[in-house]
Amino acid sequence: MTELQAERAAESLGVPRIEAQSKRLRYLDVLIAVAAFAVLATLPFLFSSKALLDFVIRCSAFGLFATSLNLLVGYTGMISFGHGMFFGLGAYGFGLIMQRTGVPIPVAFVGTLLITAVVSVMIGAICVRLKEIYFAFVTLAFQMLIHSMILSWASLTGGDQGLRGGIPRPVFIGIDLTNHIHLYFVSCALLVTGLLLMRQIVQSPFGYTLRMIRDNAGRASFIGIDVWRAKLTIFVLAALLASTGGIIMSLFVSGAYPEFAYWTISGEGIFINMLGGVTTFLGPMVGTVLLLILNDTVTRLTEYYGIVLGIVILFFAIGLRKGLMDFAVEWYEQRRGGGRERTR
Amino acid sequence: MDLDALTGCLASSACLVTQTTSGFIIGMLLFLVAVGLTLIFGVLKVVNFSHGAFYMFGAYFAMTAYQLTGSFALAIFCGAAGTAILGLAFERVFMSRVYGGDVLMQLLVCYAFVLIFDDVVKLIWGPEFKSMGMPAAFQVPPLFIAGGVVPPYYLLLIGVALAVAAVLGVGLARTRIGKVIRAAAHNPGMVSALGINTGLIYGGVFALGGMLAGLAGALAAPVRSLTPGMGFSVLIESFIVTVIGGMGSILGALIGALLIGMIRSFGSLGFPLFTDGLMYLFMVIVLVARPTGLFGKEVA
Repeated sequence: MTELQAERAAESLGVPRIEAQSKRLRYLDVLIAVAAFAVLATLPFLFSSKALLDFVIRCSAFGLFATSLNLLVGYTGMISFGHGMFFGLGAYGFGLIMQRTGVPIPVAFVGTLLITAVVSVMIGAICVRLKEIYFAFVTLAFQMLIHSMILSWASLTGGDQGLRGGIPRPVFIGIDLTNHIHLYFVSCALLVTGLLLMRQIVQSPFGYTLRMIRDNAGRASFIGIDVWRAKLTIFVLAALLASTGGIIMSLFVSGAYPEFAYWTISGEGIFINMLGGVTTFLGPMVGTVLLLILNDTVTRLTEYYGIVLGIVILFFAIGLRKGLMDFAVEWYEQRRGGGRERTR
Repeated sequence: MDLDALTGCLASSACLVTQTTSGFIIGMLLFLVAVGLTLIFGVLKVVNFSHGAFYMFGAYFAMTAYQLTGSFALAIFCGAAGTAILGLAFERVFMSRVYGGDVLMQLLVCYAFVLIFDDVVKLIWGPEFKSMGMPAAFQVPPLFIAGGVVPPYYLLLIGVALAVAAVLGVGLARTRIGKVIRAAAHNPGMVSALGINTGLIYGGVFALGGMLAGLAGALAAPVRSLTPGMGFSVLIESFIVTVIGGMGSILGALIGALLIGMIRSFGSLGFPLFTDGLMYLFMVIVLVARPTGLFGKEVA
């Protein structure tokens, strides 16, 4: 093997790229995050439309949920069909803590994340041993368990009526979440921070360990990686971020409903990932925006939402077999004329 | 929690018989759905996430046929045959395109059809609850066994399910077609090299699985209420059954279904609010103790 070939081989493995550029890329990520927040922050001053702000808040909730799911699906190869349970858990946990105890919002936030951590460690410890389709269905089964608990434990959760009566939102450090603009800023801040955090995770050595587990779990295990522990760690991290999405949602609707913990939320999460593409970090975010637009348009036009959504899913799954961001990336690379293998 | 009710029931033979029968019919209906799921998985290596929809269609087909003709036998036949055709079409047109691909695509295609089928039922039969009513032949006083109540229809249901289990078990083990199917499950490339049309086998197995789910739906139509989305809870339960019994094992599906049936039936006495929970708890215990299920061979 000549030196040139060796260099090229190393390059295709992405080794020098990670070594040399990781620090620079991290600063770039932070810059992009700050810029994105700045853009989002100027929106309310440019447009006075309440609907737009509502849309961005919903995008924050579902975007965090979908991107955290991509940590499992796209980066670790764990297809969870029950990720929505943590979304529901976040919404209910936060709502209940605020309604029952009246602690300040940041305390309730941390408390909800703690509850999610405990629950996700327990569920994850059982599920992450399982492969592919077993993992998908057992997570789905846990989702249905949580959903049925919410329905049957009516004295605590309000049963099929959901948590009603509104969630109290006392002012903390000058932030009043009953104020629509304040809620908007907090949601955007949570979204951007959450995305940045996830970006840091997937660009870290741990993130590359996850990719390795996805590509070849046996090899990862042979070189001394504790696959079970790594999978459990990312399962819990993803659950915490999904729970944050649920918290935003419960703040937005000032309540929590059993639908937040229903399996369709997980199905939509998977579809969002497919729609945007799982091979890029921002794919799920693009998918979220698209699905919410699709949602709003279709529900306005017809009551047979399932048929339309189903056909769109089929079009993507059988027709395109890729998400939109995948196409964008391919197009960009072709234009650059580079046949270089990407290491995502 | 109401443990007194449970111990009280266990002490009385009448209650014991009644609850066991109801556990049996829950289990037998689940078995019919789960065995289709496990067959499809065993041969095609895909989990038919839209399997519940076949159960739902079986029930609706049977109801319509019964209302049109008034013949219960014909209603059952329509439920089973209709879903068999549906299964064949679904497999050939859509599922066959995503074999060998990643699980994500298979799940998505099925997810799409869960949404579409539920809405199609809503479109054709309406969103409200329907009921088919008990056919006249079975509107007879129930039998009393040791003081427990056993409606004759339940006996028919249990008989049909056990017959299906026997035919499937013997058919797969002894007949030529059964051997071809097992061979195709093991090594499809070799089977097709020997001149057997594996596409036909795949379609046939999917149709058979769909038909069994449709049969379960048709048999359940007189005793359950019909609603769009009725298939989903059945799907989850039958998946739990296959996980407990072991994926790909017919005996496992039978035992798993009966266990779940009994848990639901007796659990509803002792833990009325936590019946579903008991089922999941049992699944977790089995998974932790035996990750491949009670009768599974492959490593899960």
